[in-house]
Amino acid sequence: MSQYSGIGVSPGIAVGPVKKILTQKVSGEISGTLEEVLAALEAVGAELEASAESIDLEVAKEVLAAQSMMARDPSLAEVFENSLTAGEKYPDLRPVIDEAFAGFKSALTAIGGYFAERVSDLDEISHRLLSQLAGVKISKLVLTEPTIIVAEDLTPSDTASLDLKFALALVCSHGGATSHTAIVARGLGIPAIVGATGVMDVSDGTQVLVDGRTGSFTTEPSHDEISHLRTREESVRKRSESVSGPGKLRDGTGIEILGNAGTVDDVHSAIKVGAQGIGLFRTELLFLNSRTEPTVSDQVEMYSAVFAAAGGNKVVIRTLDAGSDKPVPYINAIHEENPALGVRGWRLTRTSNDVLNRQLEAISIAQKNSKTDVWVMAPMINTPAEAEDFAQRAAVLGIKHCGVMIETPAAAMHADKVLSKVQFGSFGTNDLTQYVMASDRMDSRLSDMTSAWHPAVLRTIATATQYAKALNRPMGVCGEAAAHPHLAAVLVGIGVDSLSMAPSAIGEVRGFLATVNLEQCKKAAIAAQGAESAQEAQSLAVAILGE
Amino acid sequence: MPSQVVAVASKVGLHARPASLLVKAVGASGVAVTIGRPGAKAVNAASLLSVLSLGVKSGDEIEVNVADGENSVQILADLVAIITTNHDE
Repeated sequence: MSQYSGIGVSPGIAVGPVKKILTQKVSGEISGTLEEVLAALEAVGAELEASAESIDLEVAKEVLAAQSMMARDPSLAEVFENSLTAGEKYPDLRPVIDEAFAGFKSALTAIGGYFAERVSDLDEISHRLLSQLAGVKISKLVLTEPTIIVAEDLTPSDTASLDLKFALALVCSHGGATSHTAIVARGLGIPAIVGATGVMDVSDGTQVLVDGRTGSFTTEPSHDEISHLRTREESVRKRSESVSGPGKLRDGTGIEILGNAGTVDDVHSAIKVGAQGIGLFRTELLFLNSRTEPTVSDQVEMYSAVFAAAGGNKVVIRTLDAGSDKPVPYINAIHEENPALGVRGWRLTRTSNDVLNRQLEAISIAQKNSKTDVWVMAPMINTPAEAEDFAQRAAVLGIKHCGVMIETPAAAMHADKVLSKVQFGSFGTNDLTQYVMASDRMDSRLSDMTSAWHPAVLRTIATATQYAKALNRPMGVCGEAAAHPHLAAVLVGIGVDSLSMAPSAIGEVRGFLATVNLEQCKKAAIAAQGAESAQEAQSLAVAILGE
Repeated sequence: MPSQVVAVASKVGLHARPASLLVKAVGASGVAVTIGRPGAKAVNAASLLSVLSLGVKSGDEIEVNVADGENSVQILADLVAIITTNHDE
């Protein structure tokens, strides 16, 4: 029996044999003529069109139909017609093909936002074109029995070539929570895990147990383990469906449950599942989806829509957190050696001061026109001086509630001074973990050191929370940590006042908190902080809080 | 050569479904159609890749040009209707 772990992206339990999907690589030189390239493009287009027609899943259907149109695109054909002479045989077409696709890819990348996401479609088409020219068949994988699909990553056309009615679960060694695999699995209602390093080493036919909630993947599981997980999954599901209304513990202690959102739709879905407001509204999307800075009036319109969608509940809106893993091309123009430690978040006042001033102006106008209780917070605040600068600008504009994200060790250790300048704080646990542990959270080789369960992270949060309590400043958590039921209970034990999470996690967290009392949360918080590792912290907390 | 300047209604701009619908309609018309920002370089509207490469966002204005032919005026009206309809949901 061996265990692998990744990120659970679609909940549920599955047991079955593994079937691995191997990416067929096309190597060596590929000779051919212009006519063969054009015929191959048509063949790829036809193949993708057939896939689009045969698949039942709407999300994959649209992607495949668009890919089919791209393969048959007259502009793509024109590039080949311009770079290859008709009737001539070329010893290696690969450089010409790479260059043809590179032109379109760089154009789309330069536009950014969702246009840049189309680059992966072009990669898929160029892979298929090379396979077609080399005579390598991309075979349709036939599944004859219920199977756990394991792959490095699944592209839309991989999913189209699978007989999904036999797919019990999807597991990828790469990919993130927003990858295509996650979307497909949720659409099918089957469990999925991504970023499970090492799963490609498991041989075909091995029996495995997949838990799409926790992200655990166990080979040759025992009957006990299977029934244990099934029972737990069932009770978690029941629990999340049975509790509604404001968040509270079993003993009645109130804990505010809020939703994270980046669009008006997200706000609606958070409120629909019973969020008591929005604990983090990310404004990056508005900037990422625009080629130039959105005007103040565009921003006022957007923020007003967000405030209206919250239906009278509180909204915590965060000023632009561009930079690091979310660069905005027209703002983060300079290449940084180390963007996570560079000019990002509030630090943009050093380089794009007017952009932030205009955003604050737009927020203040939208706030004045709305009845919603609007709180405004700045990301990446590191020092008391930065907090004071933000508070002063907010005050001039008539913004009533201003607060800061606590996401650097400096801000946490100095929270008595930092929080004295503003009215509230919110832990960004993703960045705080990466900075406390000095480990890049995008680097899967360091995944054992990027857990918010690590006692060093919990102690940092506890220190800052004590400072906040002494100043009577409400503290929230808006990182992924709040979405994990046991960790959420530990954070309550540490003393935070609100938890903000993806709308999909609200039912489960609220349901779990209703089963524990404050005394248990406090004990779990102390035990977890006293542990040696993230794993130990988690198991100690689970032992105190119950499954 | 019939032409018209119109603003894109869909929230996603000329991307995803709105872009596909436009390109398909141009293909079905059998007539040469170009689109581009007014005064800037125009591209072949039968090419999804070229249309996407314009990076047209919601509310942006674009100029549609239909080559002269029997049904040019009707084709232009049909294409304008696609561009000025919000195809999101």
